[in-house]
Amino acid sequence: MHEMSLAEGVLQLIEDAATEQQFERVTTVWLEIGQLSGVEVEAMKFCFDAVTRDSIADGALLEIVATPGTGWCMQCSMSVPMSEVFGECPQCGSHQMQVTGGTEMRVKELEVA
Amino acid sequence: MCTTCGCAAGDVKIDGDDPHHGHEHVHADGTRHSHGHEHGAGEAHEHSHDHSHESAHGHRYAPVHSNAAPAHSHAPGLGARRMVQIEQDILAKNNAYALQNRQRLAALGIFTLNLVSSPGSGKTTLLCKTIEMLKGKSVVAVIEGDQQTSQDAERIRATGAPAIQINTGKGCHLDAHMVGHAMGKLELPADSLLMIENVGNLVCPAAFDLGEAHKVVILSVTEGEDKPIKYPDMFRAATLMLMNKCDLLPYLSFKVEAAIEFARRVNPGIEVIQVSATTGQGMDEWLAWLARGAELAAAQKTVAGGVPQVRSAVTETRAGA
Repeated sequence: MHEMSLAEGVLQLIEDAATEQQFERVTTVWLEIGQLSGVEVEAMKFCFDAVTRDSIADGALLEIVATPGTGWCMQCSMSVPMSEVFGECPQCGSHQMQVTGGTEMRVKELEVA
Repeated sequence: MCTTCGCAAGDVKIDGDDPHHGHEHVHADGTRHSHGHEHGAGEAHEHSHDHSHESAHGHRYAPVHSNAAPAHSHAPGLGARRMVQIEQDILAKNNAYALQNRQRLAALGIFTLNLVSSPGSGKTTLLCKTIEMLKGKSVVAVIEGDQQTSQDAERIRATGAPAIQINTGKGCHLDAHMVGHAMGKLELPADSLLMIENVGNLVCPAAFDLGEAHKVVILSVTEGEDKPIKYPDMFRAATLMLMNKCDLLPYLSFKVEAAIEFARRVNPGIEVIQVSATTGQGMDEWLAWLARGAELAAAQKTVAGGVPQVRSAVTETRAGA
């Protein structure tokens, strides 16, 4: 979803960091994207290339670190893996689940010059 | 892009005006600042980019092409590569603006809702009906979001309520920064209601906090009952689902129970009210829900500056009462 806006957000964070930490080129960007964040990785890469053109991160490699989805099953009272936000508990099949992890959309680190 | 506040360059218009026209603007917290004349790529103010990079010239950054190799790194100041830890949420900037909006609204005890749905669910009609029914009881102001035209804001103004139109241009959702600008143009009396009608889109607005108390998702019964599992992010982000156009149920094969079941599969805690803006069915229940929220917002009204502590203290007092 809305990967173009997210890519613009990534570029803003990079540009802010460039001002603060005095670097002029970004060669690699590591993003942490949760499995349940709704971000389509291929679309993200496409949009990232588009918004970074003629910027400090033009041509930078985009590395995606995927984090697994986890949820709390209210029936089992335990943390279980989730592959979709409306997933069912692999233990008991219940949909009474609260997502507890895997919704991250973070810029982790940069390789800069 | 505006480097002072991070506004995206471009086509956003608030009641037809570029929020940066004149290069000065006011933020939700009342901060006013002016901007240097800096434009994003694609605008021809600074310099043209349609040249090759063989000579020295006035670029701020090293000239770069795809697969930029070290051979291109001839700009001064380029040293060895190093790692920089960022560890920031991609939406951090939006969330910071949302917090500003939320604090400003909390200080005034304003109950704010972010209305989201697919296009054509009847959001604006429902809003007009709600405003009419609240006339004389509550003050309602509206921020309307659409890609183009101010038709929705005009429909709202025809009910007598103040409305500001945000045109997102190419954008598919409202963000907290645009809403902060729009709030600055609206008269927002204390203890009132602020309704933000988002761009009709069941995907993108889910991720963007605008500073609202709740997202309210509107699902009309002329859509499929499986929308909640087709667009789970939105239904997960919402506190309340208004099932609209219920007067049409006799003519449709829409299964109300299935729709509710799907919504609860995505969001076990979601509340559901069945309404019809046309016949008025369920509107009393919706207005009662609004009144409860508005009462709570007014009771939790904060003094500017002392936000979280004051709020929790008030909540505890109420809980203990």
